[in-house]
Amino acid sequence: MRLVTAIVKPFRLDDVKEALKGIGVAGVTVSEAQGFGRQGGHTEVYRGTEYAISFVPKVRLEVVVDDHLVHDVVEAIVAAARTGTIGDGKLWVTPVEDVVRIRTGERGPDAV
Amino acid sequence: MPLDTGDTAWVLIAAGLVLFMTPGLALFYGGMVRSKNVLSMLLQNVVCMGLVTVLWVAFGFSAAFDGDLGGGLLGRFGLAGLRGLQTVPGLESLTIPAMAFVAFQMMFAVITPALITGAIADRVRFGAWVLFTALWLTFVYVPVAHWAFSPSGWLVKLGAFDFAGGVVIHINAGIAALAVVLVLGRRAGWPKEAMPPHNLPLTLIGTGILWFGWFGFNAGSALAANGIAAQALVNTHVAAGAAMLTWLLTEKVRDGHATTLGGASGAVAGLVAITPCAGFVSVMPAIVIGGIAGVVCYLAIMLKTRLGYDDALDVVAVHLVGGIIGSVLLGVFAESAVNPAIPDGLLFGGASLLGKQVVAVVAVLAFSFVVTLVLAKIVDLTMGLRVNEADEQIGLDTSQHAESAYNLGGLSAMERIL
Repeated sequence: MRLVTAIVKPFRLDDVKEALKGIGVAGVTVSEAQGFGRQGGHTEVYRGTEYAISFVPKVRLEVVVDDHLVHDVVEAIVAAARTGTIGDGKLWVTPVEDVVRIRTGERGPDAV
Repeated sequence: MPLDTGDTAWVLIAAGLVLFMTPGLALFYGGMVRSKNVLSMLLQNVVCMGLVTVLWVAFGFSAAFDGDLGGGLLGRFGLAGLRGLQTVPGLESLTIPAMAFVAFQMMFAVITPALITGAIADRVRFGAWVLFTALWLTFVYVPVAHWAFSPSGWLVKLGAFDFAGGVVIHINAGIAALAVVLVLGRRAGWPKEAMPPHNLPLTLIGTGILWFGWFGFNAGSALAANGIAAQALVNTHVAAGAAMLTWLLTEKVRDGHATTLGGASGAVAGLVAITPCAGFVSVMPAIVIGGIAGVVCYLAIMLKTRLGYDDALDVVAVHLVGGIIGSVLLGVFAESAVNPAIPDGLLFGGASLLGKQVVAVVAVLAFSFVVTLVLAKIVDLTMGLRVNEADEQIGLDTSQHAESAYNLGGLSAMERIL
């Protein structure tokens, strides 16, 4: 089992959700995040003073998938989230030791 | 003078309008501070409604308006507690009851120290603020009100004019704000840390209340329901509008965007500037005065960064600078044709008024700055004006008042009662 973590632009979230549903991924956890990569921030003048705005709002998706689905999930997220402009985000895959479905107590791949 | 019911009704309503400006000011400032400090800003303003009220009827009104102790510097204490109040000494020709005058003036006294809260935002101890307000009302506001509002005050006798409080309220509070921030010091993180307004919708609600209430502040100062009150109302309104437009325009040109905060601040700058002039000038000069205030007060904001004082919400730029603009320009634009009580200003052939206005401005600047500085120092040495670093970081709402403004559920709903 793997954890796929993706940082994407907030307005791409709907498309990414639909894409995951399309390949049979049942659930995902979403949280708000802020960050910057090469997009950097920008400067803004407000009330006569110049501000450096470092962070840009993003959305973080986390989904645990069975090993055989990882490749498809990664492709689906990337295709749905990509706009081609700076700030599209990043995605990474990490191993997961164990997964438990809290309601039933199932463990391992059955719980994914 | 026989009482006129129309005049009396209007002044009583105007008193209510002016009082409304204090919670309006609280919201105006409250929306501009960080969310962790909004309640402290609101309470520092609202507490004036309680504290100043009591002090005013106890002795403030008397010391401002009961005849003269000597030299036009202070009134007597014969009307302490308003006992035996029949007529206001020197104002026997008023067509409103003395009590209506007391009430109307009281609301001005309430809001003037509240203006200072904007400058000292985010770092003052509540108890120290209460003590300072009591001292400031007594030793700064009351004397200056006597000088410029009482017929026996020395500025009135000199021939300087202040229709509704450009000098007594705005220049007075504006320079006092500067004095206090010099004693208090800068907010932690200023000027590097960005501290944008947390709730501009609140600020705009406050702006609307202030604009509306200002009709009472300025038009009510005619102390009668007459043509001068109408002129003052219209002048107030057009000055606010003109100032808002010129502020927005200047902002757009210099910073690239017209902002809500700018529109709100611009309107207030115009309202401040027209305050000393409201019943003394005609409409076109009112537009000019407002228009100038919108530009100059906006540029005055840069002073604090340049000179290094942390006037958090620009009380100096709007109230001190706006008040000076209006008080001095009164010497230019005053028209006896509008109000026979005032001689013509420079533009209409009058040579002496302008100089007297400048004297009034300078005198109040000097007195208020020095005495406020001393009072702030006294409070600082006895009680300590400023919160400690940890309390400042946590926020005043929690550290001073054990409160939080926005309990929106989530993790903050995890608190349990013992």
